[in-house]
Amino acid sequence: MMGADVVISAAGLGKRYQLGAAPASDSLREALAATFSWAAITRAAQALTAFGRREDNGDDANTLWSLRDVTFDVISGATLGIIGRNGAGKSTLLKILSRITPPTTGRARIVGRVGSLLEVGTGFHPDLTGRENIYLNGALLGMRRHEIAQKFDEIVAFAEIARFLDTQVKHYSSGMYMRLAFAVAAHLEPDILVVDEVLAVGDIDFQRKCIGKMGRVADEGRTVLFVSHNMAAIRSLCRTAMVLDAGRIVRQGDPGTCIAYYVAQGFDEDASTWTRPSNARDSALAFTRVDSRVTGHQPALALELDVVLEPRGRHKPALIAVDILDGSGVGLMQALPRVEGFIREDAGPQRTRIVIDLPPLIPGAYFVTLWAGSYFTETLDVAERVIRFEVHESPTPGRSVQHSAEQGHIVPPSTATWEPVR
Amino acid sequence: MSTEFDTFREAARPRESRTDTARLACPSGRRVEFTMAVPASNAEKTAATVTNGGGIRERSRPVLVIEPPKGRISLGLRELWEYRELSYFLAWRDIKVRYKQTALGASWAILQPVFAMVVFSLFFGKLGGIPSDGLPYPLWSFAALVPWTFFSQALMQSANSLVLNQGLLRKVYFPRLAIPIGTVLSAAVDFALAFVVLLGLMAFYRVGLTFRSLWVVAFAGLSFIAALGTGLWLAAASVRYRDVRYVVPILVQFWLFATPIAYPATLLPERWRAIYALNPMTGVAEGFRWALLGANTRPGPMIVASTMAAFLMLVGGVLYFRRTERTFADIV
Repeated sequence: MMGADVVISAAGLGKRYQLGAAPASDSLREALAATFSWAAITRAAQALTAFGRREDNGDDANTLWSLRDVTFDVISGATLGIIGRNGAGKSTLLKILSRITPPTTGRARIVGRVGSLLEVGTGFHPDLTGRENIYLNGALLGMRRHEIAQKFDEIVAFAEIARFLDTQVKHYSSGMYMRLAFAVAAHLEPDILVVDEVLAVGDIDFQRKCIGKMGRVADEGRTVLFVSHNMAAIRSLCRTAMVLDAGRIVRQGDPGTCIAYYVAQGFDEDASTWTRPSNARDSALAFTRVDSRVTGHQPALALELDVVLEPRGRHKPALIAVDILDGSGVGLMQALPRVEGFIREDAGPQRTRIVIDLPPLIPGAYFVTLWAGSYFTETLDVAERVIRFEVHESPTPGRSVQHSAEQGHIVPPSTATWEPVR
Repeated sequence: MSTEFDTFREAARPRESRTDTARLACPSGRRVEFTMAVPASNAEKTAATVTNGGGIRERSRPVLVIEPPKGRISLGLRELWEYRELSYFLAWRDIKVRYKQTALGASWAILQPVFAMVVFSLFFGKLGGIPSDGLPYPLWSFAALVPWTFFSQALMQSANSLVLNQGLLRKVYFPRLAIPIGTVLSAAVDFALAFVVLLGLMAFYRVGLTFRSLWVVAFAGLSFIAALGTGLWLAAASVRYRDVRYVVPILVQFWLFATPIAYPATLLPERWRAIYALNPMTGVAEGFRWALLGANTRPGPMIVASTMAAFLMLVGGVLYFRRTERTFADIV
């Protein structure tokens, strides 16, 4: 029996992924045999009555538990922040709670309607107008037509697109596009709102608006589950938090404690190289490996990145953006090595070498986030804070006082000349 | 850095007051009772009664149980019905997008069967001298080409539909059946356009409508069931096996000649016809000619066989689809 107003009760949730190639029957001949044989048809018919296809106890080298033994309760009206590195299982957890993928083990009980926003703009069609996309997207999220019509003005007002309502969204600016996408999902009025990293894209205004909206959703007594790498957002929005690491909950409770733990944990690891966990096969284009090196001497340090991108599906020509963040995850600057898409889907796995001339940074730890997407603000893949580098030298030789981040992270080259005033 | 923190603080300002509201809304005496008879099926609506102090208010909140798949398959028709507007919106999207940036637009829906009719009339009708139940060959072949074009288009598009919508599969929950259903619906709109041309052609050849013509609705429905049933098998299989994309054009070509489109079913000996009609489109093609043109071929047993085959295909297709759909998001 669950407690008084527990709306999500997860017990022993686990998700196992098969590593490497899919099961061996991927050939045309076997595919046809498996699809059209009487055996398959009878098996499908039998499945109506049969229980338990096979026991899930495999734990061999070819499997990876992306989520393991996750147990927690969320009470009504809570705002829960979920923190963790890439591949920690955050997105898997949200996907299970959103019924996109079933768990391998465990059970979750959810009271109330779940509305999830796992990606901004899923289901938007570039050739349709803003108005048409609102209806299409609303229907995808489970809204009825009259419900959408009722919320229509509110959605348009939130997205600030009234003038462009009948323009195809492919002509929208990235900001308009994202505001519209968020607006539709946020006005679904679910009992439980599940939001995955929507703030990774979008400018500060957009982020503010989203956070404000989610705060209001929580004020109305609804429950919010929120995944973000933006610690500032977690801190201001969430009243409870949990940290996931390698599929397990390692910390749970007050957001301040969780953030402190997470940040401290980040400092322990060597992160000049990153390889994608192989269970992540989500995007049409994926970062699979990043190697980094800091070269040169202050004030002319350079960050060299070797980035391997692997196309896994159809995508528009993509470009890469590199974000450099401070130790607490606040973005400092973004490098755009090329402004037009240069990674094509037919190119196969490709190694891209990026050299960034760093501005004179104060000593400390910095994180690197890599983003790949098409020119049309469509995110194909984000590798959040996968690289960490440290600056040891001071950018101002001869200085004896320690630098403080309070004065900013960059010490721009400056000169002073003087002469007596007559 | 501090400014960014401030921005978020401001955006989420009602934070302090929120605790109070929450407390007000949840007086300590509140008791929440859930009807615990939650059926094992995945999404069941259960009434949750919220007892609030003295007053009682009723709220119906769905209770959802998420568990590993157990092998049982429900058709999930109720949920599909709740999402019925989604199929409609997906169909509408497909139609809107399909003929965007084409010079001839929706005329393609008509041109496809018309060109096939012209080619068939020339090569099979004129040169090949294929009999056409005593009717003008162009009209006779067009009457079968209209449902056939619908069937082949619906089949090809629904086979690809899940892979084309993989972004949705991975990021949004909704009954997955809505995608292929929407695709077949969108092909049905092209069918309606081509059907109008068929009526025009009938007028041209002075073939009038009779009460028997009403049967055409049933045959159109049969072609819908056949297309959806086959499409579901192919769509679900294509998630795992992209081979399907290459198989479908071959399949459609073969299927065209295994169906009495260019030739009459009467070319076959009588005793083989019922077996021949296990291809559901046989019944549809012969049925269209019988209902609209009065072709005196008495397709009775063939139509029974075709109807049974189509329904079996659909039920099997739905079951296979439902069985595999749980893993769509993981393997697509």
